[in-house]
Amino acid sequence: MDLVSQMQRQFVDYKNSLFREGFLDDQFKQLLQLQDESNPGFVVEVVSLFFQDSEKLLNNLATALQQQIVDYKQVDAYVHQFKGSSSSIGALKVKNECVAFRNYCDEKNRERCEKCLEQLKREYIAVKNKLGTLFQMERHILLRGGSIPLE
Amino acid sequence: MACSSSSSPPTSIKGAAVDNEERPHVLAVDDSLVDRKLIERLLTNSACKVTTAENGQRAMELLGLGDGQHTINNRESINLIITDYWMPGMTGYELLKKIKESSDLKEIPVVIVSSENVPTRIKKCLEEGAQEFMLKPLQQSDVKKLRFHMMKLSKPTKSMPLPKSAHKF
Repeated sequence: MDLVSQMQRQFVDYKNSLFREGFLDDQFKQLLQLQDESNPGFVVEVVSLFFQDSEKLLNNLATALQQQIVDYKQVDAYVHQFKGSSSSIGALKVKNECVAFRNYCDEKNRERCEKCLEQLKREYIAVKNKLGTLFQMERHILLRGGSIPLE
Repeated sequence: MACSSSSSPPTSIKGAAVDNEERPHVLAVDDSLVDRKLIERLLTNSACKVTTAENGQRAMELLGLGDGQHTINNRESINLIITDYWMPGMTGYELLKKIKESSDLKEIPVVIVSSENVPTRIKKCLEEGAQEFMLKPLQQSDVKKLRFHMMKLSKPTKSMPLPKSAHKF
């Protein structure tokens, strides 16, 4: 098997593993379907926006939870936003973490909210790394003149 | 902070070629940048012209209900408004109310989208005159359905041949 074919095989396997392990769900597949020759960078573009958005939200959440008197409505609003964007790109584990987080906002439990934020950060970083790797594999295939396999 | 108005030229749209005049013009309102990008792509793929706004206030300005500075050229060309329900400042519901209160704009169908399936919220929006309430994230099939509705609802402003892509839906 030549190098490009090998890389293509690895790319497909890696992508499938992300779905299998629950990092990504069907919504990500929707994104892939929206990409075409007229919009070849669509997925990377949307995911980059998600990364920017997420980092802002994580900072805002950290600040909000550091206040002497925590505004749980505000915290909930940020988590709601994060839940929305992660759901829109198919980042399943992140979305699920947001759902759990919102329950603790309702309880106004600072300690649990702080733990949730840590967990949310971990899940976000994990999916960010996974997607980063996926896009890198894609770039390497393209650089060697190969095409990106759909399946 | 300005709204983005971007729609691919007809040649890049999959399926039957539709010329500019036949493409429905949709105003999509959402505070999430990710979701605006998504809805824009979904609508463009369904042969729609898209203008986006990041909040209700901006949407009102574009529709000519605000200070009137930056309205869409010929706002009567808006065939559909899709708005997120939950937005800071003005909710999609509040925007819906303002549109329905305006004699100029009340005929424009408004679709509310939300990530949460709350029956009382859905009822409230439909009672206020929303055309439809849809759950996020939107799928291409949802948008195709909306496109079909727009074809049926659009008032003929001049004699137009049957849209070429109508049979697809």
